[in-house]
Amino acid sequence: MQNKLVALLFSFLMFCIALPAICQEKAAKVEMADGMRSNGKIYVVIAVILTILAGLIFYVARLDRKITKFEKENA
Amino acid sequence: MRKSWWKILSVVLLVYAIIGGLLLPVPALGQLQETIRNLYYHVSMWLSMMILFTVSLVYSIKHLRTLDYKYDIYAREFAAVAVVLALLGYATGTIWASYTWADPNNPAYASFGSIVREPKLIGAAIAILTYAAYFVLRSSFTDIDKRARVSAVYNIFAYAMLFPSIWIVPRLLPSLHPGQDGNPALDFDDVDTRLRTVFYPAVIGWTLLGVWIATLKVRLNLLKEKKWLHAK
Repeated sequence: MQNKLVALLFSFLMFCIALPAICQEKAAKVEMADGMRSNGKIYVVIAVILTILAGLIFYVARLDRKITKFEKENA
Repeated sequence: MRKSWWKILSVVLLVYAIIGGLLLPVPALGQLQETIRNLYYHVSMWLSMMILFTVSLVYSIKHLRTLDYKYDIYAREFAAVAVVLALLGYATGTIWASYTWADPNNPAYASFGSIVREPKLIGAAIAILTYAAYFVLRSSFTDIDKRARVSAVYNIFAYAMLFPSIWIVPRLLPSLHPGQDGNPALDFDDVDTRLRTVFYPAVIGWTLLGVWIATLKVRLNLLKEKKWLHAK
């Protein structure tokens, strides 16, 4: 059951990644604000957001561990 | 920590949603420009919210069928996390709208009057308030069996209100909000493929994170329940 689910999710992800190759199209030229991307400063933004996400995930994981400990004590 | 593959999957997908969401190419649209990347975060909040409300509904029905108190806790916590996601969706939508809907020639607050009249905003507010009433209703009972039963029935009603208020009614009225016709986000001809490669994984990632937090709250409440029963 679990393996099937993993396989299903994985193939879905692969499908998502392959989609742009399947249907390519050309867009009209629109001026985009890509300064951050062209000078590489976008990586700084990504680093900041990933740090916040890592902190939040760490917090949730720690809560999970604590609750598991309580569950074992009260079992 | 209870190790589960879906918790790891959630983290992986969220990291992908942030890195891919900021770096991968997006279609160049006149009005939205780079803010289209908000699709991965703002729209995901609402989709995850709907998935979690659906889970909450299923547990409410389960509770009414079995009268098992455990399912009432599940329904409550899933609805609580969904409301948090809805508030985040609302807050992010406010920021997005003030940069794309507001008249650029005037200060943002000058467009306040027209933005507030948006049917999508009013509909979303109604949906959030309907679920806020769910929690008010819950806390007004002293009898836990009655609370569980009545709030399960109310939860089904709230879910029935959710779709008309955030999908159906706003679409019958003129609105600036995208996705007025067709099946926004789900229609394969509607959303650019480049966006979909990040959008769907992002929705799954945010949903799994919501499920993770909800299960933590459920487990904590079940522990409390156990303590309370032993103390008696």
